[in-house]
Amino acid sequence: MESCEAPAPLDWAGLLQIVTPSVAQQLRDEQVYVACAGRVLADKTALNAQDGDEVALLPPVSGG
Amino acid sequence: MFDIRVLDAPFDPHAAADDLAAATPGAGGIATFVGKVRAGDADPEEGKEIVEALELSHYEPLTLPGMRDLADRAAERFDLIGLVILHRIGRLHPGDPIVCVSAASRHRRDGIAAVDFCMDHLKSAAWFWKRELRAGKDGPTWHWIEPRGQDHADIARWGEKDAPV
Repeated sequence: MESCEAPAPLDWAGLLQIVTPSVAQQLRDEQVYVACAGRVLADKTALNAQDGDEVALLPPVSGG
Repeated sequence: MFDIRVLDAPFDPHAAADDLAAATPGAGGIATFVGKVRAGDADPEEGKEIVEALELSHYEPLTLPGMRDLADRAAERFDLIGLVILHRIGRLHPGDPIVCVSAASRHRRDGIAAVDFCMDHLKSAAWFWKRELRAGKDGPTWHWIEPRGQDHADIARWGEKDAPV
């Protein structure tokens, strides 16, 4: 798991700018979810991370 | 009785179901599903290689809160007396239990449907990642398991709008 720090506030456009182009492309996939401050966002384009929030990029998965 | 846990060591799913039955004398039935690591071939859609191990990793800030939220939603939706959700993380081997969902209810349909509901959501939960170690002719290699179209169709059956993942 990789991590990095970004200046707050961070919105969807800002997130796409700080990741690599290939990650940005994958982030636009509807099967890739974004969590902010411990909650999965129903609409990831509404991201509004504040100072101290952890933003997680969650790839397609299969549990169970 | 609601018992929701993430486990990093092997567990006995039958004991969990027995404990639920003992704690819910008013139940008319206990419905239990146990998912385990498949012994032998990997998913036929993924090839015919032998699965040597399965590794479940997770995003810890979401896992237990997400499982508790799922249990709350199941309890709101179905008439339950008790619910157990146990889910392994870490490295597992063929035959090991991965997940146990057990629901106690007055009437059978609530328990069976609650288990089905919880499993459909756990299969698509955004906080678990699953990969298989498969034997190949060039030695064992790891393969990530992505959700199948059937998984999305399964979860869509419940007709939830804007449900948390």
